[in-house]
Amino acid sequence: MTTTSDQRANPAASACPDVDLATHLLRLGDDALVLGQRLCAWITRAPLIEEDLALSNIALDLVGHARALLTRSGRLDGTGRTEDDLAFTRRERDFTNALLTELPNGDFATTIARQLAYTHYACLYYEALAGCPDPELAAFGARAAKEVAFHRLHADRWVRQLGLGTAQSARRMQQGLERVWPYTAELFDEDDVVRRLAATGAVPSPAPLRPAWEREVTKVVTGAGLTVPTPSWTAGGGRSGLHTEEFTDLIGELQSVHRQFPGGTW
Amino acid sequence: MNARPAVGDRPEQATRDATRAAGTTTAAPPSGQAHSAASAGQGAGQDELLAHFDALIEQGETIEPRDWMPDGYRRMLIRQIAQHAHSEIIGMQPEGAWLTRAPSLHRKSVLIAKVQDEAGHGLYLYSAAETLGVDRADLLDALHLGRQRASATFNHPALTWADTGAIAWLTDGAAVINQAPLCRTSYGPYARAMRRVCQEEAFHVRQGYDLMRALCKGTPEQKAMAQDAVDRWWLPAVALMFGPPDTEAGGSDARTAALGAAVSRRAMAWGIKRHTNDELRQRFVDQCVPQAERLGLTLPDPAIRWNEERGHYDFSPIDWDTYRTALGEDTHWARRRIDHRKAAHDEGAWVREAAAAYAAREEASGAPAGPAADVHRQTQEERV
Repeated sequence: MTTTSDQRANPAASACPDVDLATHLLRLGDDALVLGQRLCAWITRAPLIEEDLALSNIALDLVGHARALLTRSGRLDGTGRTEDDLAFTRRERDFTNALLTELPNGDFATTIARQLAYTHYACLYYEALAGCPDPELAAFGARAAKEVAFHRLHADRWVRQLGLGTAQSARRMQQGLERVWPYTAELFDEDDVVRRLAATGAVPSPAPLRPAWEREVTKVVTGAGLTVPTPSWTAGGGRSGLHTEEFTDLIGELQSVHRQFPGGTW
Repeated sequence: MNARPAVGDRPEQATRDATRAAGTTTAAPPSGQAHSAASAGQGAGQDELLAHFDALIEQGETIEPRDWMPDGYRRMLIRQIAQHAHSEIIGMQPEGAWLTRAPSLHRKSVLIAKVQDEAGHGLYLYSAAETLGVDRADLLDALHLGRQRASATFNHPALTWADTGAIAWLTDGAAVINQAPLCRTSYGPYARAMRRVCQEEAFHVRQGYDLMRALCKGTPEQKAMAQDAVDRWWLPAVALMFGPPDTEAGGSDARTAALGAAVSRRAMAWGIKRHTNDELRQRFVDQCVPQAERLGLTLPDPAIRWNEERGHYDFSPIDWDTYRTALGEDTHWARRRIDHRKAAHDEGAWVREAAAAYAAREEASGAPAGPAADVHRQTQEERV
């Protein structure tokens, strides 16, 4: 989030627009990859077979977004790394996803709360990205926004069903919201990289999207008879590679097979 | 399981049923009670009903949910479709366990899509079973309580990444051979479900073969992993995906073969099955041997060799006792699959209760369906 973190993510960090864009796309790609990885762990464990289907569908889209974003980032940063180099050979501290996306799944309500926060943010951001001058990125933004709109609908529907379902489901849904809310602010953080990119109009900053996000999620949460949490603290650090302890296990699992076979082709 | 009015039947089907009912007087009227028609028929025209049913089978017509059918036919179908649906759901587990460890993002995407397809197949098949008057929740309970089973193939442990490739190539390959004839099975909803299932399964087989080929072209360690997986998945696919022997040629003893043959004959007479287990098993072996050769992998059966006279590959007789003991319902691996499934089901009970309570509440308030769509539309409007 500071110049130091940018330098860590890329020692050559400067005002070079390509390197800035690579850093930014890597963050977005890591968000999608890590959240997709978390959702994969639900498959075969969902409360309904329909949800095994829905969550795998969402995970598949997220991995697809990660592939596009990581590939582009690797091309821009001058290292020539592929999507797999970036996903499977970086260390924990090199990942720059927001902490929200790596939060453990918890119960179904916690996962839905995390989905609610992420999907409303991602949809707004990708819609904004669809208006950027880079045609490849704009096309990606438009496609991803359409896909995430379905994920958002899925989250909205479950918040409502759980909030208005039974006393137990309402309690769990509220707890899920409380659990993830401190991690939502980081999604809208703006640092020098983003400020430089936004200043030239290369990509939008997420910061101005926050009021619209607040309005949308408030409407869904209150419509489900629940309360928007007011967290007493705010998490951060993911963009500079400072993760939760649970993240080590996530990366260990993600990379285990790839690392066991050095020089392997898949 | 007695006949019950089929729910959720397709409109075009109802029209066809109406036509058929008008012509024969044996089928249920389109908007009436299949049950009453069937039970009325059981007293008076049982023979006529059976003759009509047999004629439909004879003409290669499909039997539809509202048609009268013998109880044995209905029971055999429910058993077979439920076992198939359970196998899809339990079969998600051995591969699903590798979703978080797939070694490339391409392979991860392919595997997510495959496991997702399996969940979808489970759903189509449970729906097909429901047209026979059973309930998905009851079928799942039967699976959880051990009254119905999934194919024991999936009790086999998936120990390495290469197992996901071996499962897709061999197990799904066996499934396609088994299931392709079911696209023409006599029960309409089952045949229609199978057409969708088979298309997707054939795609999985190609993807599995492609995964194995990548490993075989990779480092020696990768190739060794592929060989090890084939060593462990070959026999479960050959033995368990096709069921017990039902001809003397395939059976380890004549008595088992005779028993299997009796069941198969009944299923074939009703047009549920089209080929014996052993015919399909042979077809599978004939398909896999050249594929394994192209991959440079050895199938773990020294008796495999081309038999010019038969025009087929010979292979070792299957040691059924080994399989029954190794993967039977009381083993570590069988328990693990069911426990995993039960844990997901039990831990998700509160979610299903909430969804049911919400649906009841919406219905009581007369709200239009699709509250989520409303939420979505509102937020969209607000944004504009």
